[in-house]
Amino acid sequence: MAVQTNAAAPFWRERPSVLSQSLKLAILVVVVVVMVFPFWYVLSVSLSSERDLQGANISLFPLHPTLLAYQTILQGGVVFNALLVSVGVTVIGTFACMVMTTTLAYGLSRTNDVPGSRFVLFLVLGTLLFNAGIIPNYLLVRFLGMLNTYPALIVPGLISAFNLIVVRQFFMNIPADLTDAAMMDGANPFQIFWRIMLPLSKAVLAVVALFYGVALWSDYFQPLLYISNTAMWPIPLVLRLYVLQGQALSGAQQVGQPLPPATTVQMAVVVIATVPILVVYPFLQRYFTQGVLAGAIKG
Amino acid sequence: MIQESTTTAVAIRPRPQPLARLRWWPNAHVWSKVRRERWMYAFILPGFLFFVVFRYLPLLGNVVAFEDYSPYLGFFNSRWVGLDNFAALFTNPAVGNALLNTLIINGLQILCYFPATIGLALLLNSLISVPLKRVIQSIVYLPYFIGWVVLVSVWASVLGGDGLLNHILGNWGLPPVNLMRNPAAFKPMMVLQYLFKNVGWGTIIFLAAISKIEPYLYEAAVVDGAGPWQRLWHVTLPGIRGIAVLLLILNLGNVLTTGFEQILLQEPAVGAQAGDVLDTFVYFQGILAGNWGLSAAVGLCKGVFGTVLIILANKVAHLLGEQGVF
Repeated sequence: MAVQTNAAAPFWRERPSVLSQSLKLAILVVVVVVMVFPFWYVLSVSLSSERDLQGANISLFPLHPTLLAYQTILQGGVVFNALLVSVGVTVIGTFACMVMTTTLAYGLSRTNDVPGSRFVLFLVLGTLLFNAGIIPNYLLVRFLGMLNTYPALIVPGLISAFNLIVVRQFFMNIPADLTDAAMMDGANPFQIFWRIMLPLSKAVLAVVALFYGVALWSDYFQPLLYISNTAMWPIPLVLRLYVLQGQALSGAQQVGQPLPPATTVQMAVVVIATVPILVVYPFLQRYFTQGVLAGAIKG
Repeated sequence: MIQESTTTAVAIRPRPQPLARLRWWPNAHVWSKVRRERWMYAFILPGFLFFVVFRYLPLLGNVVAFEDYSPYLGFFNSRWVGLDNFAALFTNPAVGNALLNTLIINGLQILCYFPATIGLALLLNSLISVPLKRVIQSIVYLPYFIGWVVLVSVWASVLGGDGLLNHILGNWGLPPVNLMRNPAAFKPMMVLQYLFKNVGWGTIIFLAAISKIEPYLYEAAVVDGAGPWQRLWHVTLPGIRGIAVLLLILNLGNVLTTGFEQILLQEPAVGAQAGDVLDTFVYFQGILAGNWGLSAAVGLCKGVFGTVLIILANKVAHLLGEQGVF
């Protein structure tokens, strides 16, 4: 088996016994199956046709696969609308979060040179210690007139203190020689930020953007709190309503078209809500260890 | 040569200015720095305003905890009731129930998370095949990036009333069980879901700690005749002890907070007795039931104790000789 490739093993490592090897593999296989299987099941139900789900049938490999559920959703209606909202909020929000986080991180990266910036840094670090609470935050958003607007989903979370510290730490590790040399050549701070800081920290920026994006995409509490107009709801709230609270999905139903089973539509919504994350995941995965450890141990 | 370089270093260093420290108003030296770095303030200002408005300003909102607050009257016109809300908090059995549930669920989550994560990290680390390790890592990291709504929906599709489990039980002629709506199963389910989502991702930090252990420690152990289990016990585990203690303490510091989104989603199915935690209590009582003063008081108490716990946890980390977070 693949386990016996010995390339990475140090010379003193014993050859593992067959028993321990198979035991290890068995445990890992169980872990992997437990993690993958539920998603597989959801995907396969979403692709099943009515015949696959009848009576006692369990649809792990749909025999008569169909995209009917997805067609129903994408024809328009509530889910499609929610999808557009989520994509918009996630794309704009991630961009705004990155702009705010990187600029402040750069502004606070030279606390010894810039008078007053250490004070701002303490303000930021202080927010790691406390949270004003649900009710004061709600009252603030209402006071600012942002209830039932999309900025309410983005603006209160523009900068996460944790992400800021990770990025700042990364900026501080960029050798001062580089920025000094650029300064000698007449570069201003904006050029240094844009031409040196950002390009050199792609790894950490990728991970931080992923964190912001995932948080915005899957956030359901803020929309629940701030958006009472159901027509403006993003995908997690629609998912909660139709899948978890079991409401019937009223969508754009074409006359004379066969209705797909309700479960398949529900599962198709789950799949659609998961796919964007699965799409970006492989591209960002190689930055994980690098990006996460930059700030995980010591802020 | 050496002599020369030290003298230049001394010459470059700015003169000490003992009086400047005592003055509150910045002196000319500081002002010249400010002018030189003026563009840096353009970077700082937007973020600074964000933190003031969205992190510090809401703290004032906690004044609601001392009022019989009504949204129509606002902060200034609502009746001031002093500590009445806090008195009500201690006599309200629902608050005690929420606190107990919070501590039980978080306690169980922490208790199970660490052995599972460290175990999985050790298992992954012992794999010799690098490609196999990579594949398994990318699979187990993934649930961390799936939001709670999707995750709970997926669980419900397998374990819920109309889910796969009940189809199988039905085919075998067994009575159905609904694990998602059973109050007795609620707390174990919360723990299992938490493990499902977080254990894989948690290994990343332990794997990094394991990879930082010096190879000569293992070599010395082998020379002394240590087998694989002895190396695990005497080299690997001591090597990751520091980070494990740090993470454990930090988790204990957050014991009043975690799990909010996960529980808010699933509490309606099992009722408040089994599922209410402090944060969901605040949401249901305050935002939904309009019981603003009481729930703001609960939120404020939670916030203050939470802050104290985090600071204490950090102190304990330092006392144990580990790096804290600050």
